[in-house]
Amino acid sequence: MSRLDPQPGERVDRARVISFEFDGKPVEGFEGDTIGSALYASGQRTFSRSFKYHRRRGLLCCAGQCPNCLVAVDGAPGVRACTEPVREGMRVEHMNASPSLDFDLMAVTDRVGSRFTPPGFYYKTFIRPRRLWPLYEKVLRNAAGLGRLARAAREEREWRTEYRRRHCDVLVVGGGEAGLTAAIEAAESGADVVLVDEGLEPGGWLLVDGSVERARELAERARAAGVEILSNAPALGYFDGLVPVWQGSTLHQIRARRHIFATGSLEQPLVFENNDLPGVMLSTGARRLIALYGVKPGRKAVVANDNGVADVLRAAGVDVHVAEADVVKAKGRRTVTAAVLSNGETIDCDLLVVSGGFEPANSLVRQAGANAEAVGEVAASAQCPVPSAHREARGKAFVCYCEDVTAKDFKLSVAEGYDSAELSKRYTTTTMGPCQGRMCGAAASRLIAEETGQSLEGVGTTTARPPWSTVPLGALAGRPFEPAKRTPVHGRQREQGANMLWAGDWRRAYDYGDPQGEALSVHESAGLIDVSTLGKLIVRGPDAGEFLDRLYPNRFSNLGPGRVRYGVLTSDAGRITDDGTVCRLDDDTFYVTTTSSGAGAVEQWFAWWLADWRMDVTLTDVTQGLAAINLAGPRAREIMSRVCDIDVSASAFPYLDGQRGRVAGVPSLILRIGFVGELGYEIHFPSAYGEDVWNRILEAGADHAIRPFGLEPQRILRLQKMHILVGQDTDSESNPYGAAMPWIVKLDKEEDFIGKWALERAVQQPQETALVGFTLPNGDVPTEGAVVLNPDGGPMGQVTSARHSRQLGRTIGMAWVPAALAEDGAGIVISDEGRTLDAEVVTRPFFDPDGEVLRS
Amino acid sequence: MSFVLTCPNCGVREVTDFAFGGEVTERPKSRPSTRELNTYNYFRRNVAGVQREWWYHRSGCRAWFLAERDTRTNDVHWTAMPEAAP
Repeated sequence: MSRLDPQPGERVDRARVISFEFDGKPVEGFEGDTIGSALYASGQRTFSRSFKYHRRRGLLCCAGQCPNCLVAVDGAPGVRACTEPVREGMRVEHMNASPSLDFDLMAVTDRVGSRFTPPGFYYKTFIRPRRLWPLYEKVLRNAAGLGRLARAAREEREWRTEYRRRHCDVLVVGGGEAGLTAAIEAAESGADVVLVDEGLEPGGWLLVDGSVERARELAERARAAGVEILSNAPALGYFDGLVPVWQGSTLHQIRARRHIFATGSLEQPLVFENNDLPGVMLSTGARRLIALYGVKPGRKAVVANDNGVADVLRAAGVDVHVAEADVVKAKGRRTVTAAVLSNGETIDCDLLVVSGGFEPANSLVRQAGANAEAVGEVAASAQCPVPSAHREARGKAFVCYCEDVTAKDFKLSVAEGYDSAELSKRYTTTTMGPCQGRMCGAAASRLIAEETGQSLEGVGTTTARPPWSTVPLGALAGRPFEPAKRTPVHGRQREQGANMLWAGDWRRAYDYGDPQGEALSVHESAGLIDVSTLGKLIVRGPDAGEFLDRLYPNRFSNLGPGRVRYGVLTSDAGRITDDGTVCRLDDDTFYVTTTSSGAGAVEQWFAWWLADWRMDVTLTDVTQGLAAINLAGPRAREIMSRVCDIDVSASAFPYLDGQRGRVAGVPSLILRIGFVGELGYEIHFPSAYGEDVWNRILEAGADHAIRPFGLEPQRILRLQKMHILVGQDTDSESNPYGAAMPWIVKLDKEEDFIGKWALERAVQQPQETALVGFTLPNGDVPTEGAVVLNPDGGPMGQVTSARHSRQLGRTIGMAWVPAALAEDGAGIVISDEGRTLDAEVVTRPFFDPDGEVLRS
Repeated sequence: MSFVLTCPNCGVREVTDFAFGGEVTERPKSRPSTRELNTYNYFRRNVAGVQREWWYHRSGCRAWFLAERDTRTNDVHWTAMPEAAP
């Protein structure tokens, strides 16, 4: 209805109609329209209600700078209508007005509530009587904020965003004529250049002032010179040289050697009574409507401070009256109907075009640490945006549109002592809204200067801080990245009914529904567990043996090829950090396993010492390359003999041997070790064969009632053997002496192994507590973490593991107890959440204490 | 905190690619006194200025290397493999 004839270079494609919804009503626009231009063309003048007073607000800047046109799009609040392109079928809704944009109950605050709501009102008006504060708080919280986040199902909320890192020689922020020219020059001299621009296409003001051809030609030249141009991509800030740039679902993190901030300038509004009425528009906003969208901004316009806009408006068929005096007031209820001038004139109009000059958009360059000063044209344009008009205002003359701060509020702020830009900002919240000071910073400084009699320099400006442009938190959060590591047997275990749980980054089978039964099966016949999560390192080189001797408290250089030895890792403070088995494959090669959760840390630890010692050793992490499964139980040997091509008899393949053979046809490293305490084979083989080997072993053991078992039954079984879990039974204070493994420390070793000096001291000092096993006569199972009491009643130690064992028919556990009580048969008292339990210390494994079963 | 480090193997990467290994300390040669051992285990200089430190390219080649960095400005003066460090 208010479209002009096609404008040269306009963005809309009038052949393509786009339909969308605004507050449930259908609206039509053209391809290339923004929500704002389409709504304005359809006659909509009120776009939002203001933050505090719920006043009508309409299009002001038409460039995404002011807060006046914030709407919700498809449930997402805080979208600027004037820059958001229309899409077919989009649902646009107003924000901050109830029940409707046209009839907003909270608008009562504008008419009667203003004197109760000066700056800081929540500390003044709503403080007495004190007992009513909870009620006030509820009301205030309900009234505060703009827009509502829709409660949506998780999958609807999920929004994929990506980070992208880009390093370049030159980053140009701003795609106007200056930015494009700079980018071209830099690129043509050989630099790698990225140009980011918040507009939908580069060109900036050229697109509006009739120079579209030149804009496109410059952009073309820039692209030809190799400039990477990111459009619709506002730069958010400057962090130690890193400039995050938000573009749709991507956050570009751009780091450049040189930065060019060609961010242009921002037209400032004028401050007079009712300067926020819909229909009051910046001259650049009116020109954007005309040039980009072919929308006629009004029928009859008053122009305050004509900067050339009057001619443009006339060319668009608008009846223009250039005001000869300052505008002191805009009249009108829903939209502007007349402008009142300081010379007493009142001129009817439906559009009041204002311009308070231009301020440089220098936030980014100031964030980068530069002092910024306007020079040249922009400095010359800086008229006083605060004519004395506001002084006569009886109604509200707004400085800050985002937070509804009026000129009078500044008077109050200064009167109450908040008389600099920074103080006043914190008191009135000016510059803290969505516009980030674009529309209000300059006027605020001038008002404070005027009020206090200081110079503008004395008042200063507020510190420039990120974010310069509004950005959804989701874009900053990036992709929700929670890696799940799955073993090669994962899918098969799920099919077999495994209950999976997180174990660090891994998904592991907790049990198959019957942990006690599974444990018993291992003891009575055979069980199979997936231990692919173990860390696996190949340590190879002429110095490999010495390297391990230096890292572990025990000796590995004398380990024979084909043999396996258990080891714990200690820090230089003598603390246990990890454990695992080491198998010597040949003279130069060791196969090291670590705990599942410690794999990364151990590799990092080994690599660090290797870098320091510079020994002739290479490390290869094969954790994910190899699957590992443990076949255990009295029938394990027989089952193994059916699937394995080497002799697995007790004499040919004794305990702690590591041999290579084929299992189910797959080349494997087989370790005869027994974490679960039964005769067992830990089979390591290429991951790709995981399921196949798993299936073949289960098939081969079917007649022995072999069962897969999970982590929980494994924990019961290892507890029967008092095999420690590093991190469960030990903590960052535990050393091998306290953990009942004095035999593992070889202080007589020639190498000064890591932790030796601390352990030399530890062995001479009595330990305060010691790790032992315990049983409970009745069936109670204490909570892991329950406190062990000193004979005098104070805490001294804690329960680290406790389970009921069906095989042993009693409760078993491990605990740190006072050293004096670390002997068989000693009684200890456990305080467990109000219960007091009497337990008996056991120092040797509950099951097979002499390891006869294990070695069989 | 945001800066880049040059991995001697991989090149320039964001600091978030790396694990920090702390300032370079001297491990006692042999038979340290208790004071020397505790100093080595528990005390750091924690300088406000230029220090030599360990970095690990965790999300890359997994190599440990040395860097000299100004802890006040995060200016990295050089990075090098231990054997090539100045």
